[in-house]
Amino acid sequence: MNLVTDLIKDLANQHGRSRENLLPILQGVVEQEKYLSEFSMIEIARELDLPASEVYGTATFYSFLEHKKMGTYIIRVCKTITCSMKGKNQILLAIEDMLKIHLGETTGDGRFSLLETNCLGWCHKAPAMLINDDVYTELTPERIREILSDYMKK
Amino acid sequence: MVTNYQLKRVDFIFRNENDYEDVLSKTIARKPQELINELISSELKGRGGAGFPTGLKWKLSSESKADEKYVICNADEGEPGTFKDREILSKVPFKVLTAMAVCGHVIGAKRGFIYLRGEYKYLKPELEKAISEFAYYCKEIKFDFSIHIFMGSGAYICGEETALFESMEGKRGEPRNKPPYPTNSGYMNKPTVINNVETLAHTFTIFKYGAKRFYDLGVQYSRGSKLFSVSGDTPKPGIYELELGMSLADFVDEFGDGDTKAVQVGGASGFLVPRKKFDVTAIGYQGKLTGISLPTGGSMMLFNSSRSMYNVLDNYLEFFREESCGQCTPCRVGCQQLIKGIKAVKRGEKNAKYLDKLLRLTETMQLTAKCGLGQSVANSFSSIVENFREEMIY
Ligand SMILES: Cc1cc2nc3c(=O)[nH]c(=O)nc-3n(C[C@H](O)[C@H](O)[C@H](O)COP(=O)(O)O)c2cc1C
Ligand code: SF4
Repeated sequence: MNLVTDLIKDLANQHGRSRENLLPILQGVVEQEKYLSEFSMIEIARELDLPASEVYGTATFYSFLEHKKMGTYIIRVCKTITCSMKGKNQILLAIEDMLKIHLGETTGDGRFSLLETNCLGWCHKAPAMLINDDVYTELTPERIREILSDYMKK
Repeated sequence: MVTNYQLKRVDFIFRNENDYEDVLSKTIARKPQELINELISSELKGRGGAGFPTGLKWKLSSESKADEKYVICNADEGEPGTFKDREILSKVPFKVLTAMAVCGHVIGAKRGFIYLRGEYKYLKPELEKAISEFAYYCKEIKFDFSIHIFMGSGAYICGEETALFESMEGKRGEPRNKPPYPTNSGYMNKPTVINNVETLAHTFTIFKYGAKRFYDLGVQYSRGSKLFSVSGDTPKPGIYELELGMSLADFVDEFGDGDTKAVQVGGASGFLVPRKKFDVTAIGYQGKLTGISLPTGGSMMLFNSSRSMYNVLDNYLEFFREESCGQCTPCRVGCQQLIKGIKAVKRGEKNAKYLDKLLRLTETMQLTAKCGLGQSVANSFSSIVENFREEMIY
């Protein structure tokens, strides 16, 4: 049996198989796999007895439900006004420099992806970013180097 | 001039009160009608931005007949510059849970949901702990009400109440036509009360201390206190609870860096107020005072003279373009055209008169867009372009 198929079955057992359980299931797959492959979406559709197009339409609406292969650690840097004013671009440069990737890319070893996102709700401690579900605030290029070195050791 | 309303700090929301059990059991022992009257006389208005009277909302839902009803706490907090709801949920979650349960008692709902934005997933473990402690207490006093968390996944539009229902129903977060209103037909087409996190926290204060304590704060039409999320060019960014009705001049005296050129009130979907209008602008809901009165979800972003208002507007428009659900044409195409338009003017490909054309486009969007997102693009666009026209051109 395929691992994703098992995961989807487990999630459906846990949350239920009605339409209103779709989002928690999509989120569960993304939590494990970091993204929704075409295969996963079709499997979810089969499991919930929905048209695959409905699953695709719903999944692609939400910016945190990636449908492109992502790294183990997804970095999302806030680009909304206050973070922009408080040095978001230097933060991005520091990350790009350290990981040797550009915005929107994933490192060759598949460990890190770098994205921008809208307001994270930390404007008073800007600039801010998320790495997966964890938030980091009052960033400076030095802080970035410390934080990422820790992740690289993981 | 509205200078007679001074800035007054208040401490209700974050005051540590370890007596939610007491407040809950005393409040649900009272009749729904009595609680509705208490809320109505407090004149509390929704703190999520729109400012709908909370008592009336609960009353309408209580009058709707249905086999099932729901209470939803809107914790999607996506408006740029707002971060108060996160703080409420992490510091005083029991006030919010208690308020939801009381609302359940008032309208006759047995189930409540907290729609928590994906960006705040780190709040979930603690919040779940609070919910299970709360559930234990409800069971002890034999009060039938359960609360669940529903996670969002990174979509600002899901903060709009009907988009939020769609999202919870497993669909794209596309706003519905209104009417029907949520009080008649909300989540699962059942009568639903949906309130902002802060609104719920205020009802706790009202039920505990009585409507008068709340009503005595603020000014006519804008009663009570409100949390403000202060950010941008300020020496003291953070979250502050203030009485409503203050003038923007007093606000800037307190929070400005001495060089404040403009304040964006209400986030990207709010208004930009330039320095020359600080002392004729008050913060509260419409319908009083001599000057302009701006409602707000509490986002206050300060800009000093080093900032380009063109960049600010460009950032807001990009935000709207990305977050538009794309369902209706005025908003989907309008946002794209506004960005293209201001860029063309900045580069000199279009002359300055083109800005007037764009202003007319935002008027059209205000009239024809389906939901608050598309309708409110005009707010920041016109207030920035009209007050800082030169910065758009040169
Ligand atoms: C585009 C858009 C986004 C919104 N986002 C939020 C939000 O994040 N949180 C919130 O409480 N209300 C938000 N609202 C307002 C809700 O639709 C609704 O009015 C509110 O939750 C009602 O609660 P209240 O009466 O307690 O303010 C948004 C509205 C629009 C049009
Ligand atoms: S106004 Fe914008 S966000 Fe609202 S329904 Fe239309 S396209 Fe969607």
